[in-house]
Amino acid sequence: MRSIPYNTIKEKVKAAIMEAAFIAGEDLMAGFKRALEQEESPLGKEILNQLIENAEIARKERIPLCQDTGLAVFFVEMGDEVKVEGGLLPDALNEATKEAYGEAYLRKSACNPFTRKNTGDNTPAIIHYDIVKGDKLHITFCAKGGGSENMSRVTMLTPSDGKKGIEDFVVQRVWEAEANPCPPVIVGVGIGGTFERAALIAKKALLEPIGKKNPDPELAEMEERILKRINNLGIGPGGLGGRITALDVHVKMEPCHIASLPLAVNINCHSSRHAEIDF
Amino acid sequence: MTILKPPVKREDVEALEAGDKVLITGTIYTGRDAAHKRLVDLLDGNKPLPFDVDGAIIFYVGPTPSPPGRPIGSAGPTTSYRMDAYAPRLIERGLRGMIGKGPRAAEVKDAMKKYGCVYLGATGGAGALMAQAVKKAEVIAFDDLGPEAVRKLEVENFPVIVINDTKGNDLYIENVKKYKRE
Ligand code: SF4
Repeated sequence: MRSIPYNTIKEKVKAAIMEAAFIAGEDLMAGFKRALEQEESPLGKEILNQLIENAEIARKERIPLCQDTGLAVFFVEMGDEVKVEGGLLPDALNEATKEAYGEAYLRKSACNPFTRKNTGDNTPAIIHYDIVKGDKLHITFCAKGGGSENMSRVTMLTPSDGKKGIEDFVVQRVWEAEANPCPPVIVGVGIGGTFERAALIAKKALLEPIGKKNPDPELAEMEERILKRINNLGIGPGGLGGRITALDVHVKMEPCHIASLPLAVNINCHSSRHAEIDF
Repeated sequence: MTILKPPVKREDVEALEAGDKVLITGTIYTGRDAAHKRLVDLLDGNKPLPFDVDGAIIFYVGPTPSPPGRPIGSAGPTTSYRMDAYAPRLIERGLRGMIGKGPRAAEVKDAMKKYGCVYLGATGGAGALMAQAVKKAEVIAFDDLGPEAVRKLEVENFPVIVINDTKGNDLYIENVKKYKRE
């Protein structure tokens, strides 16, 4: 059994949360540049240039890329030969969240659903766990903004809707989202599982690097078809019209009940902030 | 490029057209849905508002906290439809501009036409860039709302684009049409 001290986890996760707020990933920057080459609308190009400039300012001056620094979402892959010494893993992640959002002057966006009273420290974090083989602990952090999360949906299709029904629903969702989720967006699609599982794998799909092809050829083709249709919608950067409405589409699929075809569309804005932390 | 210096007159916004690029210099106020709800509650109770709405521009933003030595943190627009339920009440009182992102409801657009107000788009997700145009910030009401408190901002050449003008034009709808392929 390998043991990792509670504090080591907390400190490393805290540092990663801060970095994610200020530094746009290389895949995202490359995505912006590719988009700039393909964009035909002058206004669309202007917006993309602003986003590139925004990322440069954020990195240099350590100002958050976006004022919505999100809810803190964690995906934990915990080896069966690892244990946390000196405390509970969820406590370490929540404490890291609290300290990072406080010390790096990030916005606290967690509140009571009824009273809307802010919890004051951006906790509780949203944490998903997977147990895997081995003695490693892998944590993925993602800061999820509300604007794009609000445009996401889960639906239970009928099996006869098939691939066409899935693709139509995803494209329609992006169409109805219009300028709200800060296009160019990244679209995570979860197919199968159960109602909640579809949503979870759709969110996991958002963690795939922008521009990465799906290893499953059937899903890769579907991603390409959906991306093409989304970019034909004309919404464009900032919703001000243009060719590039989405930077990428990622699909994940799992078996489902013989009676069902669960489908989730999780939209992420271009301010796609995540970090990988290995122990 | 048009320059707006609040307080803004009705004729100044009536001269604007959807698609016009505008720079704002002077005082603007921030407010999101929680603050809007309180403003409308004050109006319902016949109580004074924390700032003069007549001629004002409201920026829909919940900035990140200001780090030491800076007037404000990251400060880009939030999604505007959440303010749709409240906006017409402020427009009636002479609000001349709203800065946000995303489309507005028909009732808001109607009020804009009727009373003379424009909806200005700022680039969503470019909060670090936009913060550069903010020179001063001060919480003036609803401090308990934290990031959602009402702030008075001094801005210089704050860049926006007219999405909805007072004639019923909508830049989102018109421009998306140009690039839509069947
Ligand atoms: S949708 Fe994303 S980019 Fe837009 S304001 Fe929200 S977090 Fe920021």
